[in-house]
Amino acid sequence: MPRAPIRKTVAQKPPYEKQTGTASPDEVARFAAMASEWWDPNGKFRPLHMLNPLRIGFVRDHGAAHFGRDPLSNRPLAGLKVLDIGCGGGLLSEPLCRLGARVTGIDAAEENVKTAAHHARESGLDITYRSILPEDLAEDLAEDAAFDFVLNMEVIEHVADVARFLEASARLVRPGGAMVLSTINRTFKSLALAKVGAEYVLRWLPAGTHDWRKFVRPSELVRGLEPHGFRVTDLKGMTYNPVSGTWSLGRDMGVNYLVFAVKRPE
Amino acid sequence: MTINPGKLSNSAKSAKAPFADVDADALIIGGGMVGGTLALALAQGGLGVALVDQADPQALLAAEFDGRASAIALGSKRVLEGLGLWSLLEDGAAAIDDIRVSDGDSLFFLHYNHRDTGPDSGDEPFGHMVENRNLRKALATRLPHAPGVALLAPAAVVERQREDNGVAAVLEDGRRITARLMIGAEGRKSPTREHAGIRLTSWSYGQTAIVCTVAHEKPHRNVAQERFLPAGPFAILPLTGNRSSIVWTERSSLAPAIMALDEKELLQELKRRFGDFLGELEVVGRRWAHPLSLQFAEKTIGQRLALVGDAAHGMHPIAGQGLNMGLRDVAALAQVLVDTHRLGLDIGSGAALERYQRWRRFDNTLMLAATDGLNRLFSNSIQPLRLARDLGLAAVNRLGPVKRLFMRQAMGLSGDLPRLMRGQEL
Repeated sequence: MPRAPIRKTVAQKPPYEKQTGTASPDEVARFAAMASEWWDPNGKFRPLHMLNPLRIGFVRDHGAAHFGRDPLSNRPLAGLKVLDIGCGGGLLSEPLCRLGARVTGIDAAEENVKTAAHHARESGLDITYRSILPEDLAEDLAEDAAFDFVLNMEVIEHVADVARFLEASARLVRPGGAMVLSTINRTFKSLALAKVGAEYVLRWLPAGTHDWRKFVRPSELVRGLEPHGFRVTDLKGMTYNPVSGTWSLGRDMGVNYLVFAVKRPE
Repeated sequence: MTINPGKLSNSAKSAKAPFADVDADALIIGGGMVGGTLALALAQGGLGVALVDQADPQALLAAEFDGRASAIALGSKRVLEGLGLWSLLEDGAAAIDDIRVSDGDSLFFLHYNHRDTGPDSGDEPFGHMVENRNLRKALATRLPHAPGVALLAPAAVVERQREDNGVAAVLEDGRRITARLMIGAEGRKSPTREHAGIRLTSWSYGQTAIVCTVAHEKPHRNVAQERFLPAGPFAILPLTGNRSSIVWTERSSLAPAIMALDEKELLQELKRRFGDFLGELEVVGRRWAHPLSLQFAEKTIGQRLALVGDAAHGMHPIAGQGLNMGLRDVAALAQVLVDTHRLGLDIGSGAALERYQRWRRFDNTLMLAATDGLNRLFSNSIQPLRLARDLGLAAVNRLGPVKRLFMRQAMGLSGDLPRLMRGQEL
C-alpha cells in the first residue's frame, strides 16, 4: 500500500476544496471577505446569529405542521419551494436548504446576493439567489410558479411602503401555502430596547440601523394580510434573556415578534 | 463514502471498501465507554458519525483489559436506557440500595438510603454497579449495527486538521475522514486535546487505587461501603451474586508491595480493612493498580472541536463519579448537536460548542473540586480534622435537606438536565 504518497497529497489539501466558478479572483476575494463578515457569529451580524436558532425553529415547526411533516425528521421541509425575502448573506436560506427546502433567496442589494451565493457554493448547497425586489419577482413569475412558503424575516421594518410590500409578498405564495414574518413592534418598549438599547447602549447594531417610526404593530400586519386571502394562525413574541444570552418564544410581543399566516386554498 | 443516517455504512460495509474515504457530520476519536456512547446518541439523533479507535474492539472485551466496575447513577442509567444499552447490562448490574460512609473505625457514620432522595426518583436505587467490561461488550454489540455509525477500528489517526469550514483526520492506512466537528474522547491522555494545544492542569494524589474482585460467603445486601482510612478511601462495591468490587486506595509507594503479595497475604490485608461482615473471602481474577491524579483541561472546546469525558476532566474515584460525569457530557453534547442539526445549522459552529461548554463547565468543576476536597479531608489521620469530619458526617446524616442535596447531585438528578438524563427522547 502506497502509504507515504497518499499522506503527502492529503496534507496539502484543506478539508474542503474551494470552488471558484467563473467569477474573477478579485471579486471572489471581496465576497469571501463579506461572507466571513456575515457568517462570523461574533461579528457585525451577531444579533442575527443569536436570533437564528429560535426563528428557524419557528419556521420549521410551523412549516412542518402546515405541510404535514415531522419537524424532527432529517429533512422536514423536503421538496418545499421556499422564498427568503431579504436574504442578506444567506443566514436563513442555508439552514432551510439543509432541512430539505428548495430555496430562492432574494435581496435588494446585489452585494448581499453575491456574498450569499459565494458562501452557498463553499458550503456545497444548491440555493438560487437573485437581486430583485418582491414586487418585481411577483411580476416576473408565472401564476403556477408561486412558492409554498414565503419568509419575511427582519425585513418589513426596513421597507418604504408596507402595504405594497405585503401585497407583493402575498402574491408570491401559492394558494394553500404559508408565510412567516418577523419584525419589531412599534411600542415604547421597542423604542427603548430595540432602538436606543440595541443601537446606542449595547451597540449590537450600528446607530441608524432602524427607524422606530417604521416598526410595525402586529394588528397592522394582520389587517394588511387579510385582504390578500391570509389568515394569521399564530403570533408569538421573542424575548431576550440577558443573563443566559438566549432568545425564547413567549407571549410578550412588545418588541420582537413572529407571525405565521396561511393563504386560503383556491 | 458519505455517512447518511438511516442508510449507513457500518464496519461490515467499510470492510468491503477498506480504503474508502469517509464523510460524516461528527468525527469521534476514541471509542471507549464515553466515545462509544456518544456515537450511539448522535446517530440516534440523525447525525452521521465516524468513530475511530486505535484498539481492536475484540481486545477490549478480554477480561485482562479492564477489571474495574463503575457506579452508574440514575441519570446515567437513563442515558444508557435511551440508547438501547441498558437492556444488555441489566442482568449483570447490581443495585446500590444503600451507601454507608464511615471514617476508619470511628463510631460516627453517614448512611444514605435510596428512599430519602425525593419523589421523582421513585423507588429506584441510587445507582448500579456495572462492570466496565460489560459496558464495553454492550457497545461492541450495538455499534457495528447502529445506522449512522461508521466504526473504524482498529485504526490509528496520524494527522488531524481543523479549519474554518470543516475538520479532517487521516488514518495510518491513508483513509481520510472529513466532518463538521471533531470530538476528542480518548481519555486522560487525549492526543486530540494535546494536538489542539489545550493546556491541562493536573496533580498527582500520590495514591494508587488497587482494584480487584472478591467473592464472599455472606450477601452484601446491595450496600456500598466506603471507609476512609488514613491512606485513602477503601470501597466495597456490590456486584451481582456474592461478589464485590474492591477499590483500595493506598499510598503509591506501597502499591508495588501490595501488587506483589500472594493471594493469602492479600486476603489477610483485605480482612484487616474489611472486617468479617461478609464472611470468608476469595479473590477472583487478577488485580489492577491505577495511579490517581486530578486533571482538567483549561477549555473543553476549540475551533470545530469538543472534548468529552476524561479527555476534559479526570477526577479521583472517591465518589464514583468519573464515568457519570462523562455520560453527562455525552447527554449534553448530543442534545446541543442534535438540536443544532435539526435546525439545519452547523454543528461545528462556535455558538453550538459554547452552549455545550457553558452547560457542562460548572457541574464538572464542582465535581472535581468536591472529589478533590473529600479526598484531602479524609486521607489523613490528623486528630482535630478527624473529629471535625466525623461530626460533619454525623451532622449531614441528621440534616435531611443537606443529605438529600448530596444524594441528588451524586445521582445526577440536580441542575439543568439534558433530555436523555431525564429519560426523554433525544
